[in-house]
Parts: sequence; structure tokens; C-alpha cells
Amino acid sequence: MNGIHDMGGMDGFGPVRPEVDEPVFHAAWEGDLMAITRVMGAIGAWNIDQGRYGIEVLPPNLYLLPYYERWLERFERAIVQYGYADADEIAAGRSLRPGKTVPHGGFRVADVVRVSCRGNFTRQATAAARFALGDRVVAKNVHPRGHTRLPRYVRGKAGTVVRLHGCQVFADSAGMGQGENPQFLYTVQFDGQDLWGPDGDPMLKVSVEAFEPYLDPA
Amino acid sequence: MAEHDPDQSGHHHHDHAHHDHAHDHPHGHPHGHHHDEPSALSETELRVRALQTILIEKGYVEPAALDAIVETYETKIGPHIGAQIVARAWTDPAFKAALLSDASKAAAPFGYRGAVGDHLVAVENTDGTHNMVVCTLCSCYPWDVLGLPPVWYKSFAYRSRAVKEPRAVLADFGVTLPENTEINVWDSTAEVRYIVIPSRPAGTEGWSEQQLAALVTRDSMIGTGLAASPAGGAA
Repeated sequence: MNGIHDMGGMDGFGPVRPEVDEPVFHAAWEGDLMAITRVMGAIGAWNIDQGRYGIEVLPPNLYLLPYYERWLERFERAIVQYGYADADEIAAGRSLRPGKTVPHGGFRVADVVRVSCRGNFTRQATAAARFALGDRVVAKNVHPRGHTRLPRYVRGKAGTVVRLHGCQVFADSAGMGQGENPQFLYTVQFDGQDLWGPDGDPMLKVSVEAFEPYLDPA
Repeated sequence: MAEHDPDQSGHHHHDHAHHDHAHDHPHGHPHGHHHDEPSALSETELRVRALQTILIEKGYVEPAALDAIVETYETKIGPHIGAQIVARAWTDPAFKAALLSDASKAAAPFGYRGAVGDHLVAVENTDGTHNMVVCTLCSCYPWDVLGLPPVWYKSFAYRSRAVKEPRAVLADFGVTLPENTEINVWDSTAEVRYIVIPSRPAGTEGWSEQQLAALVTRDSMIGTGLAASPAGGAA
């Protein structure tokens, strides 16, 4: 969707402000929220792309909240949407009825190591890759209403395939609960001036990871 | 510096004291309503506690596992992992070649419990090329080798500007590159994750890996900084 989350190239957000000696969490609740969010992923309540989509569909004023407050808005909606709790329970601050049955009887300390390493998104290919290293490609001018990982700033622009990543879970399908639908994934690099015009930095190159359905031959 | 920061993606500065997990945590009292400390809790804290309580009461998670996840990212997984990888790459050409070829495989021994996630890619700064990593669509970041991202990495300012005016962003970090340096910005739009191998600072000949790792800042592995110089400060 053409949401507020698709920020590449926007102006007006001011300077970047690095923080000296920044703590991992700025308040205990941030860590607590990170932990319960990881748990819901680990028990399969929603996948990572559904999680991202759950943030993208927040109304823009809520999206613009600080990072973990945005996560909190997402979590309260997702836990109800996917049937792991009801709205009256969130209002009450406690469980009012039995929950869903979850794998292995719930997430245990012994499972922590498993969630501390990223998963593998590679899947078996069922067809040959359409593009090869060095190929010139164009990012399609498409505007899907659902989840997509093709940022607006590259749509309609031509670039070069610079890395191959095999066949991976297709975010646009997984994020909508429509299965993994694996697709070939490429790193496509664009010249800065092709993206930002003649005033763009002549020494800039910008790349995105693009799934094959995002691309046409140039 | 402007009083009003249009980028509200950072944390609030008013009411979130950093609480000690050992003393301010509901995990041992999943049925408690915290009557002993309501005035100390913000609305946000109460909302998180409600969710935590529901998850525990429904049996989705055991309380100790939540603490263990937090502890893992506070004490075990962080930029020290990436710094060791970079220091090895600086001292061992065969390792560097392996890292550039398949970073997930080469870096695995340095990861927490001997693994880093798949799809890790290492990109090397050279005399003529500088690399910078961003996620414009959310905040994808190589957690396995750098830990959780800093607030600035998740900020709207960084996400919006890094792909368009990276030199101006670098200036916010006090970094200036030669005009003829090519800048490669890697926007992490899928599950590929990037770590930058910064240039090894001059004056470090004969240094041990351990000494070198201390010069490898987190920001240098994202590409918004350079490795520290032996004399202190950015090289």
C-alpha cells in the first residue's frame, strides 16, 4: 500500500540525531513489548510480513508515534485480529477465557535461543530465474493496495541486477496471509540521478532487494 | 538546534525512567493487579503489562522466557559480535574473502551460540567506495551481528534521507567523505541483511584482533561512521 511507512526520499523530518551511549531499551516496557512480540512470532500467531503489514495499516497519526509505541498499537490489534485474545480482555488487563492452543504448550525458556537467530526464507524454486547478474531491469509502476516491499521511489526506474538471492518467501503474499508463494529475489542497484534527477548526488548508487514479480526487463 | 523535533520516531523524553527489570516486573505475579504501584506506571506501561499478563495467563509463554529474551538482547547479542567479525576480516584475508562470498556462513562462529541468520551480506568500504545501510520501509537491521538498532536508525529522518542525501546524513554524524567517493546505499527491503566492513585505520599495524575490535564502532558497521582511530576519534 502507498502508506506513510514508505518514507524513502521524503523531506521534512529534520536532522538525524545520534545518541551517545544509547541504552538497548529506554524504558523497561520497551523490552517487555519486544519480548512478547517475539513470542507471538515464535508461536506462529502471525508471520513477520503480517507483522509489518499490521504496522503499515495503522492510521498515519499512529504510525508517526515513537517506534515501540507503534509496536504497541500493532500488537493490540494483531492479538485480536488473529484470535489470541479479545478486546474485552485487553480492556480488563487480564485473561477472561481460555486461549488458543499453541504449539508445544507455549513458549518456554528453552525456546529463547531459537528466536535469537533469524530464520531462513529460502525456498525451493519451481522455475528458472528470469534475470541474471548484470541484467538491466525496470521496477514496475505498480501500486498494490496490500503489503509490498517495492518502495515508491524506485517504481518505474531502471537499474542493474547486482546480487542474486535465490528463491525466497514472497512478502506480498505472506503479508496478506496468502501463503509463501516463493519468488526469486535480486538486489537491484539504481543510479542516484535516475532516482532523484539532475540535482541528485552523481556519486550515489542505491539498491533495493526486489522480488521477480516487481521487475520487467529494461 | 530546533526546539521542536519534527521526527517523533524516537522515544519520549518525559516519563520513561529506565526501570530495573529485577524490581519492576510483573512476571512473578501474573494475577496481580499491581495495586502497590499504580501511580508509578504510565498508561503505556499499563497497556504493555495488560498484554503481558494475558499472554502468561493464557499459557502462550512462561514468564521467565520473557525475561530471558530481554536479557539476550541487553547482554548477549550486540555490536561486539560484528566488531569481532570485522577485526578478523582486517587481519585474515582468507576470512575476508569468505565473508564477502557468504557472510552468513563465514560469520556463524562469531554469532550467539554459533549462528547468525541466513541472508547476511558483507559489503566492504574501499578507498573509492563507502557503503551505508538503511531500511526505508520499516527498520530491518542485522540483529544477529549488531543487536537491536539504535533509535536514530529507526527514525523517520534517517529512513527518509539516507537514500536521497547520504552525504547530508553523514554530516549529522560528523563524517565527511571526499566528493569523488562513490556511496552505495543498501535499502534492506527483503530479508537480506547487511554489515559494512569499514576501512582499517592507519597506524594499527601489528595490532591484535582484540585491540582492533575495540576500534570497530556500531555506526561504522552501518556506514554512518568510520572505524575509530588508534589515537581516539574517527579515523
